[in-house]
Amino acid sequence: MSAEKSPNLIDPIHQFVITTIAPIKIGNVDISFTNSSQFMVIAVIAVMFFFILGLSKRSIVPNRFQIMCELSYEFIANLLRTNVGDQGRAFFPFVFSLFMFIFFCNLIGLVPYTFTVTSHFAVTFAFAGLIFIGVTILGFVKNGFGYLRMFYPSGVPIYMAPVIIPIEIISYLSRPIALSVRLMANMLAGHSIIKIFAGFIVMMGFFGVIPLAGLVAIYALETFIAFLQAYIFTILTCIYLNDALHPHH
Amino acid sequence: MEVEAAKLIGAGLATIGVAGPGIGLGTVFGAYISGIFRNPSVQQQAFGQVLLGFALVEAIALFALVIAFLILFG
Repeated sequence: MSAEKSPNLIDPIHQFVITTIAPIKIGNVDISFTNSSQFMVIAVIAVMFFFILGLSKRSIVPNRFQIMCELSYEFIANLLRTNVGDQGRAFFPFVFSLFMFIFFCNLIGLVPYTFTVTSHFAVTFAFAGLIFIGVTILGFVKNGFGYLRMFYPSGVPIYMAPVIIPIEIISYLSRPIALSVRLMANMLAGHSIIKIFAGFIVMMGFFGVIPLAGLVAIYALETFIAFLQAYIFTILTCIYLNDALHPHH
Repeated sequence: MEVEAAKLIGAGLATIGVAGPGIGLGTVFGAYISGIFRNPSVQQQAFGQVLLGFALVEAIALFALVIAFLILFG
């Protein structure tokens, strides 16, 4: 992205630039420690501290911190139970850590002068691609070649098959792209809008109070979106898992 | 026409795509409101579905926004 060439005064894209902190190179592969990896580490540590501090003094009558931990656990457990059923219990650790990681990355990105890990397509596509490959393998392991019946919904007349099957295959293959672009675009758009509104405040001088009020509202919305997108990512993962485990629905 | 000017016009045109999700969001929340007035007891249950629908529709608008950004800064 050519940030310095842009004719605008406000440069909303600049906050997404990746800078190298510690350059590491193995052969021709660049695996440097960047600000992106830095904030991933921070998110993991934040999640760990959230649960270690919250659950260190466990009691029958929980304090507020413990309630927060238990709520997040029950939230994902309920999600998994309603969407996948009892067989989904084996995937709880994966789904729970996925949700907490994305949620904390989104939230940390809202703090000024931080970096939003989930605003990069490479990161979200790595998540979505991994889920897609895993779910496909799981579907074939659990159902054998019966998994292919998913591309031909029951009740469809046979003469519709040449139309339906390509559409189903394309919609199946577009899942990881839609899943990753949704999260990435939400974070990118949200943070850019915050930056643009912040620029209005500076430009308008005293009357900047008006966009400031708007910015507060947008910030509240973005906090909600940060949760909502983590939730959507998780619930869609659960729906894909359900498709792999129970394909004849 | 200069490339820079064409880029700005193109990015502006790309945001027309947001019109569709606008209709979609209206449909999602309109259906939700008429649904809970018919049967108020399902409000809690329906809200989760509404959020899912909201996010799925909103994503389409953001695809248009990403294209606009790509034209503008890419």
